[in-house]
Amino acid sequence: MNIIVVGLSHKTAGVEIREKVAFAPTQMEKPLKAVVELPDITEAIIVSTCNRVEIYATTRDIAGGMARLKRFLADYHGLNLETLEKHLYSYHGEDATRHVFRVASSLDSMVVGEPQILGQIKTSYGYAAEYKSSGIILNRFLHKAFSVAKRVRTETKIASSAVSVAFAAVELAKKIFGELTDKTVLLIGAGEMCELAAKHFINTGVRGVMVTNRTYERAEKLAEEFDAKPIRFEDLFDHLHKADIILSSTGAPHFIIREKEMNEVIRRRKMKAMFFIDIAVPRDIDPKVNDVENVYLYTVDDLNGVVATNLEQRKIEAAKAEAIVEQEIGQFFKWLSSLEVTPTIVALRTRFDEIRKAELAKTISGWKDLPPGAEKKLDALTNAFMNKLLHQPMSVLKKSEQGNRNDLYVDALRNLFDLDTGEPQENLIELEE
Amino acid sequence: MNDLLFYSTLVIYAAATVLYLTYLIKPQQILGRIGHWVISVGFLVHLGFTVNRYFVAGHTPITNLHESLSFFSLAVVGIFILCERRYHVFILGSFVTPLALLILVVSATFSSTIPPLNPALQSRWLLVHTSMAFLGYAAFAVSFGASIMYLIQSHFVKKRRLGTMFQKLPPLDMLDEISYRCLTFGFPLLTFAIISGAIWAESAWGTYWSWDPKETWSLVTWFVYAALLHGRLTTGWRGRKAALLSIFGFLIMLFTFLGVNLLLPGLHSYK
Repeated sequence: MNIIVVGLSHKTAGVEIREKVAFAPTQMEKPLKAVVELPDITEAIIVSTCNRVEIYATTRDIAGGMARLKRFLADYHGLNLETLEKHLYSYHGEDATRHVFRVASSLDSMVVGEPQILGQIKTSYGYAAEYKSSGIILNRFLHKAFSVAKRVRTETKIASSAVSVAFAAVELAKKIFGELTDKTVLLIGAGEMCELAAKHFINTGVRGVMVTNRTYERAEKLAEEFDAKPIRFEDLFDHLHKADIILSSTGAPHFIIREKEMNEVIRRRKMKAMFFIDIAVPRDIDPKVNDVENVYLYTVDDLNGVVATNLEQRKIEAAKAEAIVEQEIGQFFKWLSSLEVTPTIVALRTRFDEIRKAELAKTISGWKDLPPGAEKKLDALTNAFMNKLLHQPMSVLKKSEQGNRNDLYVDALRNLFDLDTGEPQENLIELEE
Repeated sequence: MNDLLFYSTLVIYAAATVLYLTYLIKPQQILGRIGHWVISVGFLVHLGFTVNRYFVAGHTPITNLHESLSFFSLAVVGIFILCERRYHVFILGSFVTPLALLILVVSATFSSTIPPLNPALQSRWLLVHTSMAFLGYAAFAVSFGASIMYLIQSHFVKKRRLGTMFQKLPPLDMLDEISYRCLTFGFPLLTFAIISGAIWAESAWGTYWSWDPKETWSLVTWFVYAALLHGRLTTGWRGRKAALLSIFGFLIMLFTFLGVNLLLPGLHSYK
C-alpha cells in the first residue's frame, strides 16, 4: 500500500486559487466520502487551512491515484484541471511522508514554527476518523506525524521565540513583569501596529487598557473598540504612573515623554517597573528614558532586531527539526512494510488451507468403506504437504522484511493467488484471455 | 558514619552543581528537573548528617566553624528547595547550589572531630539562637542569589541583549519578589537571633549587650536589612536598587559570620 499526497499551499498558489479549492470545515463529510469512493483510493484525509489544501490518501496504484485526486480537486470545486494542475504538487512514498511530517511540524508553514498548523491537521484527522475515511495506515501515519511534531517542538526551539513585532513586545513584557494579568496598558496615539500590539496584550489578559489621543474623540472611539478607558491628552501625566506597559505612536514631531518627567512618574509608582514601546517615527519617547531606573524602553527598531534574531534562530532550529523528520521517516517506513508482509502470509496460508479443506471434504464424502482413523491421517498428510510447500516462499518473504524488495514479493503473491478479496484481478483475467 | 554522611552530601551537592551549571548553558529542561531531585536527596542526606551529629555530640551541632558552615549550607539548600518548588525556576539553582557547595567545601577544610562542648555554650539557648541566626543567613544568601540574577537580567533587558541567558532567566518581577520574600523571611529570624542572644548573654555573661564584635556587626547587618525593607515599603526601593542593597547586606552578613570569627577576637570567636 502506498501513501500519496496531492495538494497546494501558499508556496505554489496565491490566495485567489487557494480560496477556490478550500473545503468548508463544517461540511467535510461529503468530500471525504467522495474521495474514498474513488477507484484505487482506500483511505483519505483532507486538510484545508487558509494556507494549504491537501489530500492524504492510500492507494495501490500511485500514478492512477494521484491523477484521480487531482481530477477530484478540480471537479469538486468546478475548476479547470489544466489551470489548477500547475499549482498542485503530488508526492508518494518517502516524499509524501516527509511532506506531511514537515507540514505537521510547521516546517512548511509561511511563518516557520507557527503553532496553529498542528491543531488544524488534528481537526482534519478528527473529521476523517468521524466519517471513517481513514483506516489503519492513515491512522498510524497521522499519529506518527503528531508525535514527530511533538518531538520537534520539545527537542528544538523552533517555536519558542516571537517572530512578529507585536508578539515580541508581549514576550518582552512577560520577561519584565511575569504574568500580565494585573498590568495596565496605555495606548498613546493610534496606528495599525500600535493597535495590533494592543490587541495582543489584551489577548494575553491584561487587567486594563487606557487610551489617549490628541483629539479626544478619537481616543473615545478607540477606547470603545478596546473596552478601554479614554484619557485626555493634556492629562497624560496624571495617569502615566498607573500604566505598566506604554505603547506610543503619535505623529508628534518632538518627544512627548522625557527623562525629567519619567523620574517623577517612576517615583510616584514607587519604582515599579515600566515598559515603553515607542512605535512612532519620529520617536515619541526620549531615548534617555531608558536610563531611568526600572524603566525599559524599546523602539520599533529594537523590536525588529529581536524579530530578526529570532528568525535567524528559527532557521538554525529548523535544520535540527529536519534531521528529526528524516529519522522518523525511516521508522515509519519500517512499520509500513512490516504491515504488508504479515497479512500477506496470513492470507496466503488461509487461501491454501481453504483449498486443502475443500478437497479433503470432497474426497472423504465420496469414499465408501473408509477405514477407521484414515480421516485423521489424510488430514495430517495434506497439512504436512501444504506446510512443506509453503515453507520456502514464506521464509523468503519474512527475510525480505528486512530489505526493500518486499513490496515486490507481496504484490506478486497477492496477484498470483488472488489474495485481495473483493477486488477484480484485471491482470489475471487479461492473461486468461 | 558521620564522615560518610558528610562526604556523601558533598558529592551529591557537587553533582547537583554540575547539573545546574550545565542547565545554565544547555536548553534541556530535564537537567533542571534532575538537578532538583539530586539536590533534594542531598538535602535529606545532609539533614541526616546534622541530626546524627546532634545525637552523637549530645548537643546542637553549631558550635564551631565546621559545624556552623555545614548548617549554613544545609539551611541555604533547604530554603532554595522551598523557593524552587514555589516559583518553578530551576535556574535559581545555577546560582545558589554553587554557593551551598562552596560553603560546604570550606566547612570540610575544618576539623570534623567533635570537641567537648565549650562550657559557655551549655545552654538550651544554643539551639534556638544559632539555628535562627543561620536560617536567617541562609534566607539572605538565597536573596543574594536572586539579586545577582536580577542585575544580570535587568542588564540584558536594558541593553537589549536578548540571548540564550536572557531566555533562561525568569522575569524581573519574579526575581525581585523571590529576593524580597527571602528578606521578609530572614529578617525576623535575624531579629529573633539577636534578641535571644541578648537574653542568653544576660544569663551567661551577666549583661544583655557587651559590644562584642559579633554583636556590633550583627547590629550593622540588621540595620542594613532594616533600611532595605523600610525603603521598599515607603519610597519603593525595588528592582535594581533593592538588588544592590541585598548584595551589600549579604557581604556585611558574611563578614559578621566569618570575618568576625576569624579576624576579630571576642566572645563569639568559635573556630
